[in-house]
Amino acid sequence: MIKVLPFEEPIVQLKTKIEELKEYTANAEVDMSLEITNLEARLKKLESEIYENMEPWDRVQVARHPSRPTTRDYIQLLCTEFIELHGDRLYGDDAAIIGGIALFEGKPITIIGHQRGADTKENIKRNFGMPHPEGYRKALRLMKQAEKFKRPIICMIDTKGAYPGKAAEERGQSEAIARNLVEMAGLKVPVISIVIGEGGSGGALALGVANHIHMLENSTYSVISPEGAASILWKDASLAKQAAEAMKITAPDLKGMGIIDTVITEVHGGAHKNIEAQAIYMKETLIASLEELEKLTPEELIENRYSKFKNIGEFNE
Amino acid sequence: MSIRDIFRKNQKKKYATIPTEKAKNDVPEGIMMKCPECRKNVFTKDLIKNFKVCPTCDHHMKMTAWERVDIFLDEDSFTSMDDHLETVNPLNFPSYTEKIKADAQKTGLNEAVLTGLGKLDGQQIAIAIMDSHFRMGSMGSVVGEKITRAVEKATELGIPFIIFTASGGARMQEGVLSLMQMAKTSVALRRHSDHGLLYISILTHPTTGGVSASFASVGDINIAEPKALIGFAGRRVIEQTVREKLPEDFQTAEFLMNHGQLDAIIHRKEMREKVSSIVHLHTTKEVAK
Repeated sequence: MIKVLPFEEPIVQLKTKIEELKEYTANAEVDMSLEITNLEARLKKLESEIYENMEPWDRVQVARHPSRPTTRDYIQLLCTEFIELHGDRLYGDDAAIIGGIALFEGKPITIIGHQRGADTKENIKRNFGMPHPEGYRKALRLMKQAEKFKRPIICMIDTKGAYPGKAAEERGQSEAIARNLVEMAGLKVPVISIVIGEGGSGGALALGVANHIHMLENSTYSVISPEGAASILWKDASLAKQAAEAMKITAPDLKGMGIIDTVITEVHGGAHKNIEAQAIYMKETLIASLEELEKLTPEELIENRYSKFKNIGEFNE
Repeated sequence: MSIRDIFRKNQKKKYATIPTEKAKNDVPEGIMMKCPECRKNVFTKDLIKNFKVCPTCDHHMKMTAWERVDIFLDEDSFTSMDDHLETVNPLNFPSYTEKIKADAQKTGLNEAVLTGLGKLDGQQIAIAIMDSHFRMGSMGSVVGEKITRAVEKATELGIPFIIFTASGGARMQEGVLSLMQMAKTSVALRRHSDHGLLYISILTHPTTGGVSASFASVGDINIAEPKALIGFAGRRVIEQTVREKLPEDFQTAEFLMNHGQLDAIIHRKEMREKVSSIVHLHTTKEVAK
């Protein structure tokens, strides 16, 4: 049973009602097919009303939906011959980030992303997709490898943030993130990042210094979680809904601010409703993105990343 | 309880006066200052002469950006850059603009970092000095832009870039724009580095969050002042996640040094000399015979 989010409850209620009527029509003498047709029309209208006018907080909930597709799901649907590669060669292998080589549209690519677990057991193994330094160092190792073999890099961002723990600090969480930012800036191959769920702060950005940044429609990218923002700004974490609006963290918000390149449309109600269809939308964006970037020389790619980030910021001069 | 304990208790109480907001502001102008660490009183004049290091316990007190210019660079060699950049309120946060204005008035800076060109024993450098008296040294669009421009200037002139960091991290009120400043400064540093130029990061108390997780940690040489708080996540957040007591020295400069994150911890009194020497070692063109 897929979890129903509060904002989509009216839809579910109506759906249940239609089912009831259908059952009734099938079993009893009364013909309710006219009512059913009417209700189905209403359902369609209601669905587009609700799903096409989602509030920032609704999107946050979809982004965090337990059944939301993860990096691995997209790799399986977008790529063939995926070979996962492990370890940072320094300390360990962080399961909160996965990466490897695969074929995308027949061409070799390196694909890396935060990896949440599908259930509690896997989430514990993957630390809820919150990496330690070795995760970021593994990602960087794979990116450098991609550069050597001239493969484009695709990064999927899906994390609440880098893990705030004792061991993470001891092993240099700050340095691991900072190093990725600087090294990604200098990569000689195309880099594309897609935010597929939550893009939480520096832990997300460490896979995000890309030539193109795309976001799934119901994903978020922010400096702090809405709850964190609410507790810092208003000393009350329950004001997260308001914070989600004020902080401008949704894909359409970021597109509006000129930070990201594309908002990838999601299937009605969110990617988890139809993963296959969602992967097709993503594939289209990726093909277009790669085609554009493959025309650039290594120097142009670096220059492109430079000017992209150099231009982000609002101030008066 | 011994008689001695009673004495101690009373002594403690004597110090437990709560200064009013006004009194707090008066202190720097006052004749005496109290060390926040050992709580001993020091003559302000002596303290300034001593680089704002407590003569009793060696605690390195916070410095303003201009105070650092005075103790670090050659006299009258500093020219500031980009003081005209003005912070805006992109997310329309209530009272954000007012807070910026108040801090600008208090510190005499346009934002939480002072940047410019200066000389260190006659050697030309580009420098950025963060000031934690301005919005906790947090990084928004203007801080990111000023640092980026200072790095670009260093690249253009082919000179070293030195930064003194002091920051609580990214600035909440500018949302994701603040986060992106981490990337912006990084792309500029990358280019500076690709030109074979020297970058020295000097981490001072406190350097945390997004600043620690970007330019502060990627110097060719990373230096810290003694006992400076340096870390990615806040101590309280970590304590809540790991549910264990953290070591006393957790996230101090010494802790980072022990874990291989720093090249050196340098006392403030020796900072100028040592850094000057590092710059010299990187710019001297003489080849040994």
